[in-house]
Amino acid sequence: MTALTSTRPPATTADRAERIERIRQAAHRIRRNALDMGEVQGQGYIGQALGVADVLAAVYTDQLRYRPEDPHWPDRDRFLLSIGHYAIALYAALAEAGTIPLEELETYGSDDSRLPMSAMASYTPGVEISGGSLGHGLPVATGMALGLRHLGNGARVFNLLSDGELDEGSTWEAALACAHHGLDNVTAIVDVNALQADGPTVGVLRTEPVTDKWRAFGWHALRVDGNDVAALVDALDELRAHRGSPSVLICDTRIGSGVPLLESREKAHFMRVEEHEWQIARDQLQEGLNR
Amino acid sequence: MTSTTPRKRLTTSAMIASFADPGQRTTSAPFGHALDRLAQERPEVVGLSADLAKYTDMHVFRDAHPDRFFQMGMAEQSLLGTAAGMAEVGLVPFASTYSVFATRRAYDFLCLDIAEPNLNVNVVGALPGLTTGYGPSHQATEDLAILRGCPNLTIVDPCDSVDIEQAVPALAAAPGPTYLRLLRGAVPTVLDEYDYRFELGKAAELRTGRDVVLISTGLMTMRALQAAARLEADHVDVAVLHVPTIKPLDTEAVLRAARTDRLVVTLENHTVVGGLAESVASTLAFAGAGTRVVPIALPDEFLAAGALPTLHDRYGLSTDAVVARVKAELGGGTHAPWAADPAPATA
Repeated sequence: MTALTSTRPPATTADRAERIERIRQAAHRIRRNALDMGEVQGQGYIGQALGVADVLAAVYTDQLRYRPEDPHWPDRDRFLLSIGHYAIALYAALAEAGTIPLEELETYGSDDSRLPMSAMASYTPGVEISGGSLGHGLPVATGMALGLRHLGNGARVFNLLSDGELDEGSTWEAALACAHHGLDNVTAIVDVNALQADGPTVGVLRTEPVTDKWRAFGWHALRVDGNDVAALVDALDELRAHRGSPSVLICDTRIGSGVPLLESREKAHFMRVEEHEWQIARDQLQEGLNR
Repeated sequence: MTSTTPRKRLTTSAMIASFADPGQRTTSAPFGHALDRLAQERPEVVGLSADLAKYTDMHVFRDAHPDRFFQMGMAEQSLLGTAAGMAEVGLVPFASTYSVFATRRAYDFLCLDIAEPNLNVNVVGALPGLTTGYGPSHQATEDLAILRGCPNLTIVDPCDSVDIEQAVPALAAAPGPTYLRLLRGAVPTVLDEYDYRFELGKAAELRTGRDVVLISTGLMTMRALQAAARLEADHVDVAVLHVPTIKPLDTEAVLRAARTDRLVVTLENHTVVGGLAESVASTLAFAGAGTRVVPIALPDEFLAAGALPTLHDRYGLSTDAVVARVKAELGGGTHAPWAADPAPATA
């Protein structure tokens, strides 16, 4: 089946409410998938996965054009995950998207699995690049976007990067290039969870004011609460319509979002979750959805 | 009282200094013209540069195919990442900059974005080894050492304009990533006299000889041929095996050349660490051949700035230096025709 097409009729209020609810449900399943995968390892980047779930749900179920059964379809929109350690979140989203089977998620991070801890294109259908060494996603996105435009292909290129990744100079090299070449087929999404490996971003290497920086680099920049689905939908719609320069959506997200137990614990880049806590987390997630 | 005219010193000259000998036959911008010709046949070929189109002969392609040239600015990480992205959507990019920037500065991008996914990206690095007098900032004396450890990557060190013209379409035809050590500007034209065809991954025996075999790559093959001709006048019979592809190395040809009792000498425009000399030495050792290898290469040092002829002499790459080194190695030993009791050399 073809999951989505790029042309949609103008949204009515009812459509918008329906879209938001559909994304909310998808985000819930992505979170649940991520918790199940986290339990296999007992620890991991579960905080980031929960934080970015709404963004991935909005992108995968509402924005991207792709064919789950044909991950190499030339006209697909590309979604590039720079931040390889967010693989747990991406696999959860790809399962939701139908690109990888749901039952395969339990192999996450295991020997011979197609779902390694750090996402790699050669392992997993639907994974476009091998991230992990940060600062690579936007340069490669630049090339894909330049190439697609050169070939007359209207596909869009998304790159999900993190606020920590803004430390890398190559990100800004590519930001200059996208603006210089007027690549309005590029949409960068920055997950600002304000946390890096060595601690809060503000103490590791200050990146704020993030929005001003992108604007100064010539990008059309919007900033939203990345855990507010309605805000994400409105912003992504606006970026889709924007022409003449690349777009960036800066998303402030909460580590552990949707699971109060994990939201409230000391922030950790690589979070340890006790054996008995996984079920508590799932229960809290379900309670949140029912509210 | 006598006045002395101060001796004129050679100058470093511009970045675009040519290493061609005075009066030597040269071809202008062979890479740029070869890429232009290739692009006329293959619409998917595109060119990129990082503010060095003019200095990497890419300007020839740029002017002929402006819609297929992409200026990335002085940003080499972005250059190689972008080239990878273009290859991901089906184009065949040639990305040019100086070798120092492609290797030292942007290696992570060459490795992870291009080589790991095994993309058909062709990285073109100018000023390899000692081909500029600007000093260590521009002299890529260790680029082969950096790149030889990179899986999937094909590495080519051409001798002259003939090599470059034939290598360009071969690199595009190879499905995976490649790195070309670019000779730019007025490039010597040498190999057309040797009934030579560039073949990716293959070494070429340009001369046969019973006493010495020079295994050479890059512009040092030109010096090897000159040295062989000079040594011939001294009754030393010198073979030259040209190895334009550094990786994958034509180990069969290397073993065939070295498994004789000839003096084995390697010649490269690169540090003695991690380039041709060590490639040949490891090939011989891994095959159990206990042949001694005499390396003619740049020293394991940061080199001086200065005029190229001065520096090639100082660091042993000039033809004079090669001839002297070979003679010294032959010494009074059994190989030397001038030895007291010359044993018959066998090929």
